[in-house]
Amino acid sequence: MIDATGERDADVLIADGRVVEVGPGLRGDSELDAAGCVIAPGLVDLHVHLREPGNEDAETIDTGARAAALGGFTAIVAMPNTEPPHDDPTVVASVLAAGAVSLCDVHAAGCITEGRAGAALAPMGELYALGSRIFTDDGACVAEAGVMRRALEYATSLPGAVIAQHAEDPSLADGGHMHEGEWSSRLGITGRPADAENVIVARDCMLAELTGGRVHFLHVSTAGAVELVRSAKARGLAVTAEAAPHHFTLTDAECASFDPVFKVHPPLRSAKDVAAIKIGLADGTIDAIATDHAPHAVETKERPFEEAPPGMLGLETALALTITELVEPGVLSLPEALALLSWRPAAIAGLADHGGPIAPGSAANLCVIDLNVTWRVDPLRLASKSRNTPYVGRTLKGRARHTILRGVPVVVDGQACR
Amino acid sequence: MADASGAAQHHDELAAPEGGRFSFRAKVFEADDLRRAHTRIAHEIVERNHGAADLVLIGLYTRGVAVAHRIAEAINDFEHVDVPVGAMDVAFYRDDIALRPVQPLGPTEVPVDVSERTVVLVDDVLFTGRTVRAALDALTALGRPRAVQLAVLVDRGHRELPIRADYVGKNLPTKVAEDVRVRLVETDGDGDSIELWGPA
Amino acid sequence: MKNLLSITDLDRDDLETMLSLSEDFLHVTERDIPKVPALQGKVVVSLFYEDSTRTRISFETAAKRLSCDVMSFSVGSSSVNKGEGLRDTVQTIAAMGVDAVVVRHSAAGAPNRVASWIDASIINAGDGSHEHPTQALLDLLTLRRKRGSDLSGLRVAIVGDIVHSRVARSLVLGLDAVGAHTTLVAPPTLLPDSLEGWPVDVTHDLDSLLPELDVLYLLRIQRERQSASRLPSLREYTARWGLTVERASRLKPDTLVMHPGPMNRGVEIAAEVAEGPASLIKEQVTNGVAVRMAVLYTLLGSGGTVA
Repeated sequence: MIDATGERDADVLIADGRVVEVGPGLRGDSELDAAGCVIAPGLVDLHVHLREPGNEDAETIDTGARAAALGGFTAIVAMPNTEPPHDDPTVVASVLAAGAVSLCDVHAAGCITEGRAGAALAPMGELYALGSRIFTDDGACVAEAGVMRRALEYATSLPGAVIAQHAEDPSLADGGHMHEGEWSSRLGITGRPADAENVIVARDCMLAELTGGRVHFLHVSTAGAVELVRSAKARGLAVTAEAAPHHFTLTDAECASFDPVFKVHPPLRSAKDVAAIKIGLADGTIDAIATDHAPHAVETKERPFEEAPPGMLGLETALALTITELVEPGVLSLPEALALLSWRPAAIAGLADHGGPIAPGSAANLCVIDLNVTWRVDPLRLASKSRNTPYVGRTLKGRARHTILRGVPVVVDGQACR
Repeated sequence: MADASGAAQHHDELAAPEGGRFSFRAKVFEADDLRRAHTRIAHEIVERNHGAADLVLIGLYTRGVAVAHRIAEAINDFEHVDVPVGAMDVAFYRDDIALRPVQPLGPTEVPVDVSERTVVLVDDVLFTGRTVRAALDALTALGRPRAVQLAVLVDRGHRELPIRADYVGKNLPTKVAEDVRVRLVETDGDGDSIELWGPA
Repeated sequence: MKNLLSITDLDRDDLETMLSLSEDFLHVTERDIPKVPALQGKVVVSLFYEDSTRTRISFETAAKRLSCDVMSFSVGSSSVNKGEGLRDTVQTIAAMGVDAVVVRHSAAGAPNRVASWIDASIINAGDGSHEHPTQALLDLLTLRRKRGSDLSGLRVAIVGDIVHSRVARSLVLGLDAVGAHTTLVAPPTLLPDSLEGWPVDVTHDLDSLLPELDVLYLLRIQRERQSASRLPSLREYTARWGLTVERASRLKPDTLVMHPGPMNRGVEIAAEVAEGPASLIKEQVTNGVAVRMAVLYTLLGSGGTVA
C-alpha cells in the first residue's frame, strides 16, 4: 500500500464507503484480491474533456467516467469547453448530476469568462457554490492581461479557487497546428511556437504576484515554461502546474506521419522539451500528471492534419505511460508517480475525499495497481467512445486492476462493473 | 562450382535473367557467318522490293539498330543507294508493361517520313513476336507505310502471335527456357557472335 | 515505387531514371501523334481540392497521352465541408476501381492520408505548403535540357515566399539530390522558422548574389502576405527582392530565369524579364507534361495490377 504517508504491507477494511481499518490479516464479507499489487488512493485527473453537453458523438459523461474508472481514476475534473460551456450554473448542475451516477466522481471546472471568450468574467461565485474550484477557459487562453488580472483578483475571494490557464498566446499560436521548429518547417505546417506558451506563463506568474491569486498552468509542454514555473515557485508564488502524458512521451517528429491523432494543443514538442518536462516532474516543479483526455469522433480525425481538431485520449493510458516511461526508467519513484497522479492533484482541486491518505475514517476511494502486467494499446478495446489514442500498438506496463469508488468496486480485475 | 576455374568459369556460367544458372550450349554464328547473313538479307530485301528506292530500315533497340546499319551498308556496297536507317524503341507500346518495369532503351529516331515508303523492321532475334507487334503499333504513330517487312538474324521459334519474318539469317530450333545471345561489336564491344545458352 | 508523395520518395538513382524517362516522353510529346498505348486500360483520377487548372490539365494530358482513362473530380474552394468526408470521397472513388489518384489539397499531408486509406497509387500534385514533387521534377528536367544531365555545382537561388512554398520544399531537396548548390533569398518573415536540416545557404540580400548565379528561381508572392504582417508592402518587396529589368541586367548572360507560375508580373518579376530570352517559363510548362507521363508510367507501369 502506498499513499502520502508512506509504504506498508496491509489489508484495507471498508464499510459504508469509508475505510474502517488498515492492517495485516483483515477479513471481510466480500474480498478483492490485491496480492502482488499496489493499493493506492484513487487517481485524480485535473484535466478531462467529457464532451457532454454538446458533442456526445465523441464522449459522454457516462462513457468518459467509465474510461476514467478503468484507468484507475476515482475523480476527474471536467473541462468547461462543452456546448454550451460551463459558464452557467444550470450547465454545471447538469454535468454534476450526470456525473453523480457515473463510475467516477465528476467535478466540473467553471469558465473564467463568459462563453470562454476572454472578455467578461463568468459567474465564478455561483459556480463555486456548486462546487467548482478550478476555473479555466481551457482550449482558449485568457489572452488579455487585464482580464487575467481581474480573474485572479476576484478568485481570491473564493477560498480554494484556482485560475487554470491554457497558456498559449493566440496571437503567436493561432493558425498553427504543431510545434514550431525543424519538423513544422520541413512539413510545411504552420507552427505554434514554444514561446507562445512561455510568454503567457511568464506574464501570469507576474500577475499572480501582483494579485496574490492562485494560478495553475494546464498541460505545461515547454522547457521554458517548466523553468518559469520553477523560478515562480522559488519566489514563493501560489503557482502550480500539470503535464500531460503525451508531453513526456511523444515529440513533434510524430507529426511527420501527417496523422492528426498526433495533433494536440499545446502541440507535441521537441525532444529537449520532453526531457525538461521529465525533469520538472522529478524535481517537483510540476505538481500533477493530467491527461487532457480529448475525445474526437472518428470522422473528425479522418481529415488532413491541418483540418482536424486537436486532442487525444488519455484516461486509459495515463497510469501505464507513467509507469512505463517514468517509473520503469527511474525518472520517478513509484510513490512520486502516485503523488503526481493522486494526492497532489487532489490538493490542487480541493478534493478532500480523494488522494488519501488511506486511514480509518477516510473516504474509500482507492485503486489497486498491477505493476507487472503488460498490455498492448488497442483503440477498439478502449472504453472511451472515441478512438484517437496516439499509442496504438504500443506495449505498456502496469494497469489499474481494481477501482473502488466510495467503497464500491466499480472496476474489478480490469472489468468495469457496468 | 570450384573457385579454381576462374575467369573462364565466369564466362561460361552467367546468371539467368530469372535466376538460376545458364551455361553455354553451342556457337550458332561466328563473325563471318554473321557477315554473310546480313549480306544475304540485304540482297533479298533489294530483290524482293525491286531495288532500294523508297526503302527505310528501322532497327529495334538495342541490337536491331546495329544490324539495320550493317544491312544498309551492305545494300550501299552493291546497289550504291543510301537507304535511310532509323531506330525505334517500343517500350511504351509493349503489352507487358504492368508485368515488369519496361524502360526505354533509346530515343526513337526515324530520319524520313515513313508514309508511302516500305519499312523494313530489323531485329536480332525473333522469339514470341511481342516486340514486333509493339513495333507495328509504334510505327502507326509515325505514319502510314506502304508496306512493312521484317528482317531478323535469328528466328528461334515459339511465336505467341501470328507474326512471320520476311528475311531470316538462320532458323534456330530452341527450347523456351534457352537463351540466344547475340553479341555485336557496336553494342557489346568484343567480336560478333551468336551463341545458344541453356539452364545449367 | 507505389506513390509519389514527396520528392524524397526518389533517391538519386530514381531521380536520374525518372528524368531520363521524362526526356523519352518529351520525344513522344514532340511527335505528330503524341500518344502511346503504354497504360491502356489504367484509370487515373484527378482529385483537386484546390483550384489549379494548369496542374490538373498537365496531369490529365499526361495520363491521356499514355492512353489512360481519366476521371476528373474537382472540389471547388467554395465547397462547404472542406476536408470533411475526404476519406469517404476517396474510398468511393477507389471502389470504382482506379489505378492512380492525383491529389491536390490545401492541407499538408493530405495525399499521405489518402495513401493510407486506399490501395491505388497516389501522386501528390501539391499539398498545402508541404511539397509539389512533380514541379521539382519538371524544374530539374528543364535545367537538364539546358545544362546537360550533370547539374552538380550549379548555383541556384530560390527567391520569395519560401515559408509557404511547396515548390521550394520539393525543389530544395531535388536540387540537393543532383548536387546543385541552393541559396534561399527572402525577407526574414518569409523564411521557414527553422532551416535545420535544409541543404541550403540563406541570405536576405539578392543583389550581392546576382553576378554569380546560374539559375534564378522566383516564387509567387501572394498579396495576403501583406495583411499577415509578413511584408510592409508589395512595392517594398519588389524594390528589395523583385527581378526588375535593372537587376536582370546584372545577371550573367547565361543565367536562367524560372518561375513555377502563375506569375505576378511587376511584383516578383518584371514582365520584360518574364518574356525575355533568359526565361524558361514556357519550357517549364511543356516539360511538366513529360515529367508527369514519366511519373504515371513509373507508378502504373511496373508491377501494378495487370489491366
